[in-house]
Amino acid sequence: MPTTGAPTKLTQGSQARGGIGASTLRPDGTLKVTGEFAFASDMWHEDMLWGQTLRSTVAHAEIVSIDTSQALATPGVYAVMTYDDLPTDVRTYGLEIQDTPVLAHGKVRHHGEPVALVAADHPETARRAAAKIDVEYRELPVITDEASALAPDAVLVHENRDDLPQGPPASDGPGGTPIAGHVPHPNIVHRQPIVRGDVEAARERADVIVEGEYTFGMQDQAFLGPESGLAVPEEDGGVHLYIATQWLHADLRQIAPVLGLPETKVRMTLAGVGGAFGGREDLSMQIHACLLALRTGKPVKIVYNRFESFFGHVHRHPAKLRYEHGATKDGKLTHMKCRIVLDGGAYASTSAAVVGNASSLSAGPYAVDAVDIEALALYTNNPPCGAMRGFGAVQACFAYEAQMDRLAQRLGLDPVEFRQLNAMEQGTLMPTGQPVDSPAPVAELLRRVKAMPMPPERDWESSEGADVRQLPGGLSNTTHGEGVVRGVGYAVGIKNVGFSEGFDDYSTARVRMEVIGGEPVATVHTAMAEVGQGGVTVHAQIARTELGVAQVTIHPADTRVGSAGSTSASRQTYVTGGAVKNACERVRERVLEIGRRKFGSYHPAWATAELLLEHGRVVTDGGEILADLADVLDDEVVEAEEEWRHRPTEPFDPHTGQGNGHVQYSFAAHRAVVDVDTELGLVKVVELACAQDVGKALNPLSVIGQIQGGTTQGLGIAVMEEIVVDPRTAKVRNPSFTDYLIPTILDTPPMPVDVLELADEHAPYGLRGVGEAPTLSSTPAVLAAIRDATGLELNRTPVRPEHLTGTG
Amino acid sequence: MRVSLTVNGRPQEADDVWEGESLLYVLRERLGLPGSKNACEQGECGSCTVRLDGVPVCACLVAAGQAEGRDVVTVEGLADHARQRAEGGGTRGTGGSETGTPLRDAQRWKAEGGDSRTGEGTELSPIQQAFLEAGAVQCGFCTPGLLVMADELLERNPNPADADIREALCGNLCRCTGYEKIMDAVRLAASR
Repeated sequence: MPTTGAPTKLTQGSQARGGIGASTLRPDGTLKVTGEFAFASDMWHEDMLWGQTLRSTVAHAEIVSIDTSQALATPGVYAVMTYDDLPTDVRTYGLEIQDTPVLAHGKVRHHGEPVALVAADHPETARRAAAKIDVEYRELPVITDEASALAPDAVLVHENRDDLPQGPPASDGPGGTPIAGHVPHPNIVHRQPIVRGDVEAARERADVIVEGEYTFGMQDQAFLGPESGLAVPEEDGGVHLYIATQWLHADLRQIAPVLGLPETKVRMTLAGVGGAFGGREDLSMQIHACLLALRTGKPVKIVYNRFESFFGHVHRHPAKLRYEHGATKDGKLTHMKCRIVLDGGAYASTSAAVVGNASSLSAGPYAVDAVDIEALALYTNNPPCGAMRGFGAVQACFAYEAQMDRLAQRLGLDPVEFRQLNAMEQGTLMPTGQPVDSPAPVAELLRRVKAMPMPPERDWESSEGADVRQLPGGLSNTTHGEGVVRGVGYAVGIKNVGFSEGFDDYSTARVRMEVIGGEPVATVHTAMAEVGQGGVTVHAQIARTELGVAQVTIHPADTRVGSAGSTSASRQTYVTGGAVKNACERVRERVLEIGRRKFGSYHPAWATAELLLEHGRVVTDGGEILADLADVLDDEVVEAEEEWRHRPTEPFDPHTGQGNGHVQYSFAAHRAVVDVDTELGLVKVVELACAQDVGKALNPLSVIGQIQGGTTQGLGIAVMEEIVVDPRTAKVRNPSFTDYLIPTILDTPPMPVDVLELADEHAPYGLRGVGEAPTLSSTPAVLAAIRDATGLELNRTPVRPEHLTGTG
Repeated sequence: MRVSLTVNGRPQEADDVWEGESLLYVLRERLGLPGSKNACEQGECGSCTVRLDGVPVCACLVAAGQAEGRDVVTVEGLADHARQRAEGGGTRGTGGSETGTPLRDAQRWKAEGGDSRTGEGTELSPIQQAFLEAGAVQCGFCTPGLLVMADELLERNPNPADADIREALCGNLCRCTGYEKIMDAVRLAASR
């Protein structure tokens, strides 16, 4: 396959100021720096009540009884609701499998499951009333890992699954439950094998074989703006929900049936979103606030505090990964076998799709012809897990990159050269048999990140002694350089962009052009959830490029326009950006039609030349000005609404995993430099350099912001972040920012970034989704650097001090 | 109870305050100043940072009653605060000044389907302008606290070294940016 990837060249819009490729500033930036931007938790309404959720104090139990009388009798309380008060027979929801109860029914399956709701006139009144609800539990044994989930006498987390795949069951499972390819046991949410090539024959050719077992901890998205929203009952019996979410229309589809309302009576408007990172893909308080609002007839606001937020959203799947790689002595991979067991927790969320990613991306950005892969997600009584930035690819990358270093070491090769020897290229087949049909500059990214200047050694030394702020332990003053060892590590990863496996992944955009105050103005209306990524910035840039206007208004996101899909999977600039581009093109065509109708007889170029919109005018591609847009439009309003789809994908075969399941891939490479205090096990990441191919940087400033932010979340899971679940009780032990640590500005090093722009000819402007890839390779690069410094094996992440000092 | 305090240069009163309420709650829910954010309610994240008699504090850890008679500056008053400082008017807003957010305006927040205002033409302090230009704002939830903290740093130390900036801002969590653009923003504001 020929390599493509020449930089994107524009015809229309090449003259646009503030168009694509420029680092324009956020349209919501001024509001955000003045405190005026209305986040969901800032919403306020006359006569508003506060909602509170009562959550289970145990992980797995039958509910014997719920007594709400004390709570109801509390002055200031307007409503208390339990499962029995739900208005319809639809009492569960879910993104892929509708297995999550709106409120617990007879049983709770994880610590912190919603059991009851309270609405009161003050948040503290609501909290205290909720605490007065008396729930009697009869505890059940907890399922916490693969051994307990698949034991012969294992309790089933979901005793009556009705989500099993179509078609005849392969055999009978425990308790007579039908089982099938994707679901070999009722405590397995989803399983995906992938086999390609002759692994046993390839294994014979291997000169070295490296096996490893790896453990990946449970990470929290830890977006700073906790879950919140305001539900306002409306006169027609419907409800208007102002909400921080990642996908308005997916919320709507899940909310309306539970309320017993048609979707037209549930209006959704995006409120300011304080970060997401996957944690807002599933519902949290949406249905609860609507239920209380409809019950009381008053606006109800629910705002989680940080403690509740840790229970209010799904987390990144913790994983156990077993890998075997073989290579010849000249450094070529022969085969790869792996088994990835993800803990999906008590409810399905997006576990099936995470399994699809983990399995299909488990070989990493490498060419390997013989693979035998199995990935699965368990149902357990641990906290539910689902989407987080990197979505299944992160766990695999941590493991396969450790394997690459160990293979290189066994072969006596440089770890970067070994990776480059096996790096995939455009045309390489994925384990699924799908060819990579756009640039895959894996070796080049490694070369670039290695070529970046190294940070100085012993920078903490000065004439006045050690600057402890530069050392591991920092101002704790734990070392002045004694026992401090430097290490350097590299990693590279591959992430799919967009929704995969046959999902109808589309976005809608409505674009309007009109003359206001003598100036042509474009308005872009989508339902895209702006969660901080800067999609609104990019939409305005696209409109300026495609319509040649200076002024663009971004309409608030709501459900009065069609779905924009999810703000996840690095897809929004690609898919909703594509929809905005398409709608703009349609508007441009109509504007030119009007122009031809009005002015065509005055100048032959209207009929013969290629016409562009630049600087508020119609011009020929030769630069001749034909008319002002203000004169063309006059008082006409031109509006177009377009749905836009990327190329279709197909499901992976349930037995072989073969299939063209992905749309596009995104690649990033990291080099980590660390100083480790080997006596205390403290790590200071000195620098985290990244090289990434972004196809086309629509907004370079935002692209770098995404890369640095993603890199930092990878750093977090390398050395500090982990939700600790007690293996005996399945209870969460650290639901606070005191005990769950995310990187501070002191933990985060300088992050130089090298951006490569090789166009993907299938994507709008040649762009490539950016947001997730940097989260993949950051973690294994840091781990590799710590291994380099300490010589330790380190097969688990995050690394804690006790792992480095041998005291854990 | 009633709490009287000066916020962004204007005397304010909040009635029917429950003794357990924090300064953050009073600012956000009773005085109509939701700029200060609540992200952890235990002093770990810095999103609620305000100046209390000039000192940066986590407003979530200050009981409302402790703010009685005292002087508070929030992100909403940061531009005025910086202007007064530049004009030599001292580093604290003073009661009875004509600046600041009138209560009526401050209480205007209502759910009306997202804010289509762009804020264009709003006067910004140097640190606010620098955050905007440097790309230090993504979701923006940590931004108010970081701005108040960074402004205070530059008030004390107009030319901070990188290590000084990191030390000053280490109590303010940001989950989006990885802090690099925040470093850039503070350097930019200092250079101006």
